[in-house]
Amino acid sequence: MAILTLEAAAFQERSTSLKRFIIKDAFFKNLTFAAALLVLSILFGVFLSLIIGSVPAFTAFGLDFLTTQSWNPVTEKFGALAPVYGTVVTSLIAMGIAVPVGIGIAIFITELCPAFLRKPIAIAIELLAGIPSIIYGIWGLFVFAPFLQQHIQPAIIGAFSGVPFLNDIFAGPPYGIGVFTAGLILAIMVIPFISSISRDVFETTPSVLKESTYALGCTTWEVIWNVVLPYSRAGVLGGVMLGLGRALGETMAVTFVIGNAHKIAASVLAPGTTISATIANEFTEAVGDIYTSALIALGLILFVITFIVLAAARYMLARMEVKTR
Amino acid sequence: MSAIYARRLNKNRIWLGLSVGAAAFGLFWLVLILGTLIWNGLAGLSVDVFTQMTPPPGGSGGLLNAIVGSLVMTVLAVAIGTPIGVLAGTYMAEYGRYAKLTFIVRFINDILLSAPSIIVGLFVYEIVVVPMGHFSGLAGALALAVIVIPVVVRTTEDMLLLVPNTMREAAAALGAPRFFLISRVIYRAAKAGIITGILLAIARISGETAPLLFTALNNQFWNVNLNAPTPSLPVVIFQFALSPYEDWQRLAWTGALIITVAVLSLSILARAVTVKGVER
Repeated sequence: MAILTLEAAAFQERSTSLKRFIIKDAFFKNLTFAAALLVLSILFGVFLSLIIGSVPAFTAFGLDFLTTQSWNPVTEKFGALAPVYGTVVTSLIAMGIAVPVGIGIAIFITELCPAFLRKPIAIAIELLAGIPSIIYGIWGLFVFAPFLQQHIQPAIIGAFSGVPFLNDIFAGPPYGIGVFTAGLILAIMVIPFISSISRDVFETTPSVLKESTYALGCTTWEVIWNVVLPYSRAGVLGGVMLGLGRALGETMAVTFVIGNAHKIAASVLAPGTTISATIANEFTEAVGDIYTSALIALGLILFVITFIVLAAARYMLARMEVKTR
Repeated sequence: MSAIYARRLNKNRIWLGLSVGAAAFGLFWLVLILGTLIWNGLAGLSVDVFTQMTPPPGGSGGLLNAIVGSLVMTVLAVAIGTPIGVLAGTYMAEYGRYAKLTFIVRFINDILLSAPSIIVGLFVYEIVVVPMGHFSGLAGALALAVIVIPVVVRTTEDMLLLVPNTMREAAAALGAPRFFLISRVIYRAAKAGIITGILLAIARISGETAPLLFTALNNQFWNVNLNAPTPSLPVVIFQFALSPYEDWQRLAWTGALIITVAVLSLSILARAVTVKGVER
């Protein structure tokens, strides 16, 4: 009889602790599920808050907001064209330099570099990516821009002064700060992104493919051009898009050196502005609902553009991962 | 025949030479930026920087309130962002590994990971600063937390996926319930990797300026009240560097050096932790 009660008690205890486990487990599972949903809701929250915030600007200006250049806080006439133009042009300059250099660095590290130097150089290049953007900004303002103004820009203006079309793009005076300088600094910032992703995808090329191409008598360049690059095309493109995403949204470095002028100049040496620089400079000083709303609307435009670019980047990189598995 | 060979070899030499040039180009900027930073930053470095408040123009002072403000907001942001990030990563790697939601969250998280940080600032301004009616350190910390979360989610998921399934099976065979298995076995196995993620997140937010500009704003004075505008090192650097006063500019360089040293040592530390975790 005593034994039976003991067994019943043990059974009782076991079933309560099992129940406790089940409750705890369900709780923990739902907690992680909620956290995952929270990550999703951040993105939707960002979209929603930007859309709500930009309603006053879009109701006031309609779609003209996207196509007009005027930016006048006094008369409350705002148009996004100059910042959008600046964002696109600085990013184009940056990508024009960073794509070949970044891929070149990746080729150097994966195919040419002596093995003992490979790690240190890769880490050094990645340190470039780790430097906060405000450091690029302060360096650009005090060191790089004055150097460009005194030495490089006069030479460029002189060199192209007689060439039609180009003499408009590189027209003086040399301010030092401006769209061109901002593009160059963005290029330096984007290079490590492109090179580290390109390096990763280059390394996924099967050695057998490369070795058989070498065995056919190809030079190193021919192996890179005909085997490595075609094999890793999607991944490299993904890396480039990721770099573009950074260039488009980069704020502090650009704010320091672009000059913050709300006009579209033919010359890339002239001061301009970008979406992010405009927001960074003017948001805390913006008075009136329309002004604030116009800045938030700029933010919405930037977010939509970068969202598309980054989504494309992730799609490319995901395709590459599928291929390597 | 030999002409073709010569041409191919020349082409090889030219392109490979260009890629060596590209690597030299990249390293050149790293050396140049770090060089000028150390040169200009060391010039203003003194004990005062760490013990005095930010000065008015022309006065002498340091960066103490900015450094403390940055530290407080960083700690708070990590305290908010890390649990959320680790839990979301846990869902993706453990409970919902093959769920559709996981694919969507991974995609969205990767986009948040590289979304422009100034957008995060606008978002937090809209949902925190506007309802509260004023700028605050809390809003700044929340903005930084939004940046911490995707970094931690990504590394946690990656690291949990690296834990061998045999460990899960062994724990399950002993009758361990799922939460027990995750908290006592999986988290321990992936500890080094998760810590790396947190360190990387700290490195990422310690230099962030844009999301703080209109959330935490700035403050000239000593302030640990998170309900009031709070100074931070990056925002002070931004303000001081763009000012016309030379002593402010010197302090900005020194602050820039402090941030860079902090960020670079954090990322090197993160690297060391991963290497140790892999070797174990």
